[in-house]
Amino acid sequence: MEHAISLFMRSIFADNMIFAYFLGMCSYLAVSKNVKTSAGLGVAVTFVLIVTLPVNYLLQTQILNPLNLGYLSFILFIAVIAAIVQLVEMVVEKYSPSLYASLGIFLPLIAVNCAIMGGSLFMQQRIGLADADPKAITSLFDAFVYALGSGIGWFLAIVCLAGIREKMEYNDVPKPLQGLGITFITVGLMALAFMCFSGLEL
Amino acid sequence: MLSQKTKDTLLGPLNVNNPVVVQILGICSALAVTVQLKPALVMGIAVTIIVAMANVIVSLIRNTIPMRVRIIVQLVVVAALVTLVSEVLKAFAYDVAMQLSVYLGLIITNCILMGRLEAFAMTNKPWDSFLDGLGNGLGYAMILIIVAFFRELLGAGQLMGFQVIPQGFYNFGYENNGMMLMPAMALILVGCVIWAHRAYNDKEGK
Repeated sequence: MEHAISLFMRSIFADNMIFAYFLGMCSYLAVSKNVKTSAGLGVAVTFVLIVTLPVNYLLQTQILNPLNLGYLSFILFIAVIAAIVQLVEMVVEKYSPSLYASLGIFLPLIAVNCAIMGGSLFMQQRIGLADADPKAITSLFDAFVYALGSGIGWFLAIVCLAGIREKMEYNDVPKPLQGLGITFITVGLMALAFMCFSGLEL
Repeated sequence: MLSQKTKDTLLGPLNVNNPVVVQILGICSALAVTVQLKPALVMGIAVTIIVAMANVIVSLIRNTIPMRVRIIVQLVVVAALVTLVSEVLKAFAYDVAMQLSVYLGLIITNCILMGRLEAFAMTNKPWDSFLDGLGNGLGYAMILIIVAFFRELLGAGQLMGFQVIPQGFYNFGYENNGMMLMPAMALILVGCVIWAHRAYNDKEGK
């Protein structure tokens, strides 16, 4: 249990998907103009992560590893992600049209969000680590916890940036720096702030 | 040999239509692999090859792909190419492959690929698509190299792993800026590259 809590906290703060690994940057920058839509995307990413990571964990440990088919992992992972995104889209559309309407456009895009694929690939690396390592993912539950933590970290990052960008609308930024340039520098400063978590010992 | 249109297809992405600083595609890997020049160079080459090949393949089969499943077809083509490149790198440049770690696999979800396949290869002939892929790959590699150059030079005083800042400087109290090796500085540097690029192009336009 202790291991799971440590894994969870680390994946939110120290190993934050955005600030430590730059995963999911494209949609992060594109969709962070206002808090509401960015929160929607954050929830969707978290959800897809917690579904795909355990599935990919089973795939890796039960099928790929015993059969020595490690080199097929890219194709299989991306197929699983694409299929699950499609499935999630259909389920959400059927049972919660209001949620579907608010997430609508972002859902299919999540299939090519690097945060999802990156989560799976990091998990693949961490499966091989020793049990004592705080980063190790040794069970299905660990994979779930890691997915949840990474998703929440991503959610936190996008909502924070959206909040800052909403405020920054009124600032007087040099013309060539407006829009994307200043956003990058903002994210850089946020990453600096998040760096103080990197020495976190849990 | 090249008409004006094909020239634009090839050279446009290098400057006015750069995939990283103008179209905002493929940011994730652009930031992550730029601590040193060598992995940045390898990554740039890998992405250029994969974009060009994927563009050609998708362009060849574009008329047979049903619209509804095109994303999955494109992903499979890209994933197969990325697997090939990563196996080749593991065989011939193992330490670089390890340095790139997950970012090599993440070329699959690199937005440049999906962006170019959707926007260009699905509607154009193979030769044009090849040039488009080549141009975009080179545009991406160019930004990677610029960012990696500054990060390695200022952060470690090295280029391609060789010491370029002479020992004499250090004796006079010059110190490497360790900040440059942190993820945060990559973001700020890319921000500055975008700034310079826009300022330059605005002046040209006037």
